[in-house]
Amino acid sequence: MQGKLIERACALLESGEVARVIGWKSGELGYDTTPAVFETADELRADFVYGDFCGANLSKYLIKNMKNEGKTLVFLKLCDTYSFNQLLTEHRIKREKTYVIAVGCAGMADPERLRGLGVTGITGICTDGDSYKIDTVYGEKTVAKKDALCIKCLSCKGGEPVVYDEIIGGDVTPPEASDRFEQVRALEAMTPDERFDFWRGELSRCIRCNACRNVCPACSCESCVFDNPDSGIAQKAAVTSFEENNFHIIRAFHVAGRCTDCGECSRVCPENIPLHLLNRKFISDIDHFYGEYQAGESEGQRAPLVNYTEDDAEPSAIYDR
Amino acid sequence: MQRIGVFVCHCGTNIAGTVDVVAVADALRLEPGVVVSEEYQYMCSEAGQNKIKDAIKANGLTGIVVCSCSPRMHEATFRKTAAAAGINPYMVEIANIREQVSWIHKDKAEGTEKAIILGRAAIAKVHLNAPLHAGESPVTKRALVIGGGIAGIQTALDIAEAGFPVDIVEKNPTIGGKMTQIDKTFPTLDCAACILTPKMVDCAQNENIRIFAYSEVEAVSGFVGNFTAKIRKKARYVDEVKCTGCGLCTEKCPQKKIPNEFNLGMDNRRAVYIPFAQAVPKIATIDAEHCTMLKTGKCGVCSKVCTAGAIDYKQTDTIIEEQYGAIVVATGYNPINLDKFDEFAYSQSPDVVTSLEFERLTNAAGPTAGTLLRPSDGKHPHTLVFVQCVGSRCDAGAEKGKQYCSKICCMYTAKHAMLVREKYPDTEVYVFYIDVRTPGKNFDEFYRRAVEEYGVHYIKGMVGKVVPEADGTLTVQASDLIANEQLKISADMVVLAAAIEPDKSARPLATMLTASMDTNDFFTEAHPKLRPVESPTAGIFLSGACQGPKDIPETVSQASAAAAKVIGLLAKNSLKGNPCVASSNEAMCNGCSSCERVCPYGAISYEDKEFRMPDRTTQIRRVASVNPAVCQGCGACTVACPSGAMDLRGFTNRQIMAEVDAICR
Amino acid sequence: MSMNENKEFRPLIVAFCCNWCSYAGADLAGTNRASYPADVKIIRVPCSCRVNPTFILRAFQRGADGVIMCGCHPGDCHYTSGNYYARRRMTMMFSMLDYLGIEKGRTRVEWVSAAEGAKFAATMNEFVETVTALGPNKRLEDLRCKEN
Repeated sequence: MQGKLIERACALLESGEVARVIGWKSGELGYDTTPAVFETADELRADFVYGDFCGANLSKYLIKNMKNEGKTLVFLKLCDTYSFNQLLTEHRIKREKTYVIAVGCAGMADPERLRGLGVTGITGICTDGDSYKIDTVYGEKTVAKKDALCIKCLSCKGGEPVVYDEIIGGDVTPPEASDRFEQVRALEAMTPDERFDFWRGELSRCIRCNACRNVCPACSCESCVFDNPDSGIAQKAAVTSFEENNFHIIRAFHVAGRCTDCGECSRVCPENIPLHLLNRKFISDIDHFYGEYQAGESEGQRAPLVNYTEDDAEPSAIYDR
Repeated sequence: MQRIGVFVCHCGTNIAGTVDVVAVADALRLEPGVVVSEEYQYMCSEAGQNKIKDAIKANGLTGIVVCSCSPRMHEATFRKTAAAAGINPYMVEIANIREQVSWIHKDKAEGTEKAIILGRAAIAKVHLNAPLHAGESPVTKRALVIGGGIAGIQTALDIAEAGFPVDIVEKNPTIGGKMTQIDKTFPTLDCAACILTPKMVDCAQNENIRIFAYSEVEAVSGFVGNFTAKIRKKARYVDEVKCTGCGLCTEKCPQKKIPNEFNLGMDNRRAVYIPFAQAVPKIATIDAEHCTMLKTGKCGVCSKVCTAGAIDYKQTDTIIEEQYGAIVVATGYNPINLDKFDEFAYSQSPDVVTSLEFERLTNAAGPTAGTLLRPSDGKHPHTLVFVQCVGSRCDAGAEKGKQYCSKICCMYTAKHAMLVREKYPDTEVYVFYIDVRTPGKNFDEFYRRAVEEYGVHYIKGMVGKVVPEADGTLTVQASDLIANEQLKISADMVVLAAAIEPDKSARPLATMLTASMDTNDFFTEAHPKLRPVESPTAGIFLSGACQGPKDIPETVSQASAAAAKVIGLLAKNSLKGNPCVASSNEAMCNGCSSCERVCPYGAISYEDKEFRMPDRTTQIRRVASVNPAVCQGCGACTVACPSGAMDLRGFTNRQIMAEVDAICR
Repeated sequence: MSMNENKEFRPLIVAFCCNWCSYAGADLAGTNRASYPADVKIIRVPCSCRVNPTFILRAFQRGADGVIMCGCHPGDCHYTSGNYYARRRMTMMFSMLDYLGIEKGRTRVEWVSAAEGAKFAATMNEFVETVTALGPNKRLEDLRCKEN
């Protein structure tokens, strides 16, 4: 697959169809694959990778490339195509300046989860049926795939990519999806005190590194509201528990109805805060009150929070639950 | 730092009675930025206002806080005071210590404490106030009247009389509306056509009026003083200039079996038709749905008989785009559909008719040439039952009908009953009613004449069922609530006073105009008492039954009132807007369109703008801009904006947060 | 809010009221001398759709014990649709606060028309009672914003 992608990207670069390629490249270690921009075929052949650690959603990197001449080729996994559509809807990127290759994906491994399983010193990984075979400096390890997949892959959207110019690896079977609202419901079932303790326990670890904000394709603002002196809530670092809560509540609210549930926030959080559970709460509420809605499903959708019907539920409905 | 003056009003004893005004003034004097803090008996009086003006001049004040009654009461007053003393009127904030403090809190210590807190919040806000200036926009001196019934006609005539051009858009082939179908009018019993048709002709002859009949408003953009409307002139397939209205085509057309709308389907018309003899404009119209020529290309009879050569089968719809300063909605009403009222056998028996159908049956130009004949067999009816409130005044939970009173039915039924008794004294007339409502000049006298002079049987009680019998009669089962007995009347005809509802075109039109409507689809007025002929949307005015059920005299009064408002607007050369509008900080804007989606006025547009970046490169970005003349200042966009680029002048994020902070201090 | 121990707890309530309906309803409550506790402090906004959830969090941060937003009844918005957007926003926001373990009773939305002075007073009385029963807001307060 990696070879096919490189070959196709090189062909598109060399024909002049695209001016650059956004893809993944390997880092210094076996598992720290990072997004990268490639401008020549040589760079692609040298550094481009597509493997089990390519969890990163590349759609957001297009924004910065919109001002550059020519088209930008981007590789998008199934779930990433939703983010791409959402960015189109919000006029953050232009379709005519992009070339989308949807790539088949059987789920991506999360190095953090592997570490949780005691697998460290990773030098390589390959899929073997339902398990991952991992080369480490301590020898080869095998883990069940479902224990090491990115959180987002556990609720893979499945089906066809929602936008693309071409598909490579369309025959790859996406991972089996489980109920993505299970944890949200478990939290809802708790008492308010338990919920409060749970979230305090999680959010108090926030170091305000802004990784969630920087990686989130919905957090695509030119300048964040938390950096806007006129917003009245400008704030660089959380000093008190209130500020820890405030940042994450407002961030989740601002992406509510726009969040495609790509799970990048939780994937990149260095403190492993399950931020996706905030977003999924909004998604589940939106589905419940205003009808099922999947952000990014098609271009030009009207997000639920910039929409209404005359017979919407009253806010008191949440008290009756 | 602002130099703030605080002025605490006693409002006689209204405030001073339960708030220690001296303590409030003393406490607020200590707030940062406050350079003077005074109290006075009546701040709104001339002496009080002079105190403020003097303090502004003596202390070089830049901001004013008045602790007084509700800003809804005197904010405008104190803004004028400030302006008169040379500071921007929007540098004034009011702390409402009367309605929110002295009038509701009995405990003086508690009231005083709250008054101080509200004063602090106002001071905190004023610190962040900035002078605001209202923008000006020119006024297009032309009005659009949507709907050509008596309401639209009267409005258009009054505006035209004042010297302004007016366009009437009417969806039917002729203007005139419902009133053309009515026989006589209450309480004077003069003939509707005799008073209406001259007005229709006046419209046609007035050089300030253009009539777009058989046309519909398709799109409206813009704002008060500067609307642009797209009007679709539907193809009549008849050249309006050439057609002389002779009517020969309407006699020769072989398609004869088309239900005649004008007579509510009680007789037929041809595929080419003129609705009635006095139609304005008097031009034939080909009904494309039924015309053989247009459907199959074979016929062309009308074209052959037309000596003027006016028939044009190739005609297409045309779109007219025109600018207007004001728009009047006069879309009128219709009787409700009675499908759900099976108990009255309306769909089972032709002898059960609505009151409007009854009008046609008694009208000289109607299907029976004015002789009251039973529709089923053309015989003269001897017993008539009128049923009131069919679909009006229904219970809130009822699955059919309207909750409101349709207002006109009591009077027109009295009229019908009286006319029947006068013309056919051998006929017995029964009226079943819940209440008889006759407020209006000479209305009750009229109703009493029906009962006392004409011997109409008014029975308080509702009809439960109408059963068509084999012998052609109708058995009416009803209750008499006063005699407390069940009645069975064998009737020849039953007339249903169907509720009236706004025309179906009103809802989409309201969306187009961003004019608000109530749950019944009647247009909402800007204020039910004080601004009854204006929509809350600036520049949109309401005339006639589109705003609520109305009889003719009321409709005409409202139509003239709406015209007066339009004339007042068009007489201005330019309009000053509300300066408390949204504005976007382009450096922060993403161009994501969230704000545009929630703006009810279409005030936000986008443009690609070039920006210099900190690294000296330039970048073209899509950014929002607000048209201050269109924006009404609701603030919906400010919350939709994720980056906080959109803010509302006069109610900025920081101002509101400063108030929150001051209150929670 | 002072936490003097020998004083009974009095909550601090921030009420955001739209200019056209609810603020006028509050005025009518005043005109009719329909009393409600002085704990309620009103902030006037043009429309309920101007109420940013950040304002609500800010109030809690600064020590409010309850926050209520009042607007025109659905269908009656002066700006036609403002309260419809506000309704969705607040439903979502208050549901999220509940999810984070903030007591439900501290937040409320009520539609109050300009004619409903009595309803305004009754709503405020009820809300103050609910919040009083919940006691001081501890979960969303900012310790720096407290008086000793």
